[in-house]
Amino acid sequence: MDIQNRKLIKIATAGSVDDGKSTLIGRLLYDTHSLTTDKIEAIERSSKQRGYDYLDFSLATDGLVAEREQGITIDVAHIYFNTDKTNFIVADTPGHVEYTRNMVTGASTSQVAIILIDARKGVIEQTYRHFFIANLLRMSHVVVAINKMDLVDYSEDVFLKIKADFGALVEKSNFSEEQITFIPVSALKGENIARQSKEMPWYVGNTLLDHLEVLEPEDLQESTTARFPVQYVVRPKTEAFHDFRGFSGKLYGNFLRVGDRVSVLPSGNETTVKSIHFFDQKLDSAAPGSSIVITLEDEVDCSRGDMIVKVGEEPRSEKSISATICQVNAKNLRVGQKYILQHGVNRVLAKIDLIEAKVHADFSGAEESDQLKLNDIGKVQLRLSKPVHFDSYHSNKSNGAFILIDEGSFDTVSVGFIE
Amino acid sequence: MNLFIPNPKEAESIHILREVAAQFERPVLLFSGGKDSITLVRLAQKAFYPAKIPFPLLHVDTGHNFPETIEFRDQLVKELGLELIVRNVQDSIDQGKVREEKGRYASRNSLQTTTLLDAIEEFKFDACIGGARRDEEKARAKERVFSVRDDFGQWDEKNQRPELFDMLNGKIQVGQNVRVFPISNWTELDVWEYIRTENIAIPSIYFAHKREVFFRDGLIWTANEYVYREPHEKVIEKWVRFRTVGDMTCTAAVLSEATSLDEVVAEIRESTISERGARIDDKRSEAAMETRKKVGYF
Repeated sequence: MDIQNRKLIKIATAGSVDDGKSTLIGRLLYDTHSLTTDKIEAIERSSKQRGYDYLDFSLATDGLVAEREQGITIDVAHIYFNTDKTNFIVADTPGHVEYTRNMVTGASTSQVAIILIDARKGVIEQTYRHFFIANLLRMSHVVVAINKMDLVDYSEDVFLKIKADFGALVEKSNFSEEQITFIPVSALKGENIARQSKEMPWYVGNTLLDHLEVLEPEDLQESTTARFPVQYVVRPKTEAFHDFRGFSGKLYGNFLRVGDRVSVLPSGNETTVKSIHFFDQKLDSAAPGSSIVITLEDEVDCSRGDMIVKVGEEPRSEKSISATICQVNAKNLRVGQKYILQHGVNRVLAKIDLIEAKVHADFSGAEESDQLKLNDIGKVQLRLSKPVHFDSYHSNKSNGAFILIDEGSFDTVSVGFIE
Repeated sequence: MNLFIPNPKEAESIHILREVAAQFERPVLLFSGGKDSITLVRLAQKAFYPAKIPFPLLHVDTGHNFPETIEFRDQLVKELGLELIVRNVQDSIDQGKVREEKGRYASRNSLQTTTLLDAIEEFKFDACIGGARRDEEKARAKERVFSVRDDFGQWDEKNQRPELFDMLNGKIQVGQNVRVFPISNWTELDVWEYIRTENIAIPSIYFAHKREVFFRDGLIWTANEYVYREPHEKVIEKWVRFRTVGDMTCTAAVLSEATSLDEVVAEIRESTISERGARIDDKRSEAAMETRKKVGYF
């Protein structure tokens, strides 16, 4: 197996400071032989310096100097490991109340969330928040890893109690039961991480690693409608490709085939897919997730920011949208403010028309608010300078999300999920 | 019917490179002659084919590169018809902007920063594409794909733009520029397997060869006029290869008999020492990389 045919699974981890999240990831790295001797030696050295009598795997992932001093992670870190069949990317995000921003960011590029619960503490307010975000982002799978089982005598009762408590949360969410998996683990001791635990014979499910390995990559199973946002027009102007005018971009949602009747938005001009290229190969069809170049039968107007879709599968095109927004910048969002809205690769100007409500990120309802602060989530109505071609986030993730960019600093200040 | 299944990491990198070409006015690809920047060139070819790569290559030459690397660079540029800009650390030294390090661990590696920042200013580059990967080093694990730098090339880890889904925000103010890392999500093994699958040519020093070396601090150093050596450090001939091709002064070799790509990939899979373990510049202190990044190192 090599890079061409190993599947890629992207994971976001969430947990409170003391739930042992970094230890869990360090353990996954260690058990998949992804830690090199020099890294293990560094961990041994640091663990010893701090006077620990065990290997502190959390040191494998805690990155920046400031964090090492505080002993907590403060941003999204990306960690990589692989087994024979699967490449994994972990977006490790901190679990404090004030870091919703980072969790949303990490979850946006992941298909599965691992939510950590300390077996001694059970479901706490943090758990609600983590699950709320997994639900908001409509992640495909959630693994509830009930950690530190070694500290509760590997008790099945404790596990069942937490599972039942969590079940009450699942009912409030959009998830079906099949999307949620509960695994009792001890990251420190390696129980049910890569090795089936002998301490918990009552648990007959997969280990964490086995469970992650049987998942299928999200973009391949996604089967909505094909969306092809044009990134860049390829015009070689060479002798061999004198009249070549190709539209490059990444394909989302579904397959596109040569001969498909397509519509170019915003003009709405209809034409046919003439050819599909990937580097020097000519393809008959392209799967979602492909970065390709296509040419069209007719000379239609088409440039960056336009979208090519199949005829009869047109998205909504509107100048006024309702969205759930998460504020990811310290500058507050207020009614009347203007932003640059980036939807995929397309940018338009946007104005906040109304903040309907600030949503409590723990399933406890909503309240009125005239602004959204960093880490706040709210329902917002926006008016746009030009229509964008979108789907609801619910029906098509890649075409239902956007970011807001501050007109002065150009910082990314919000992320939105279209209703 | 040919069913084409995309390699997700390759597709992501191509997407990023196209965003660079579309969002910036004067992008440049920082080319070191190493396997990561060679991989970037292949990805850029794929992103824009059948058109040419729409940005030049910039090589910041320390003057202490392996001659095999320079030869390779010139050959590649010629073959693909690319534009190559070379700026020399020696010139920065001659202009008195930086001072050559002395002694046992003397290296021009950290001096590159000044030459790079000068080149960015000279050509008004607004995006510098680099081959850094998040798996290389702890401080890199939190690096963004589009990393905004100020006038001084500085990186502020507390003030980075969140990157959501695959939407890249490359809007910058005057004086700012962006470092772009299209293979952020690749591992060392991913790169090697890709080079093998794609059959990409790489400099000969990546393969095992006989070389005059000496041992210091458990590392294998190249013995030649650029690398400081104590009289008692004895030169011997060994079969070695390199896992990275930085400067001769800061790149240690590993003992190896792998003379083909298959053998190299097999060795990397088995290997238990990280690639940066052979980077002498990182060994100076635990926080070495982070400190260098803050002052504009790539």
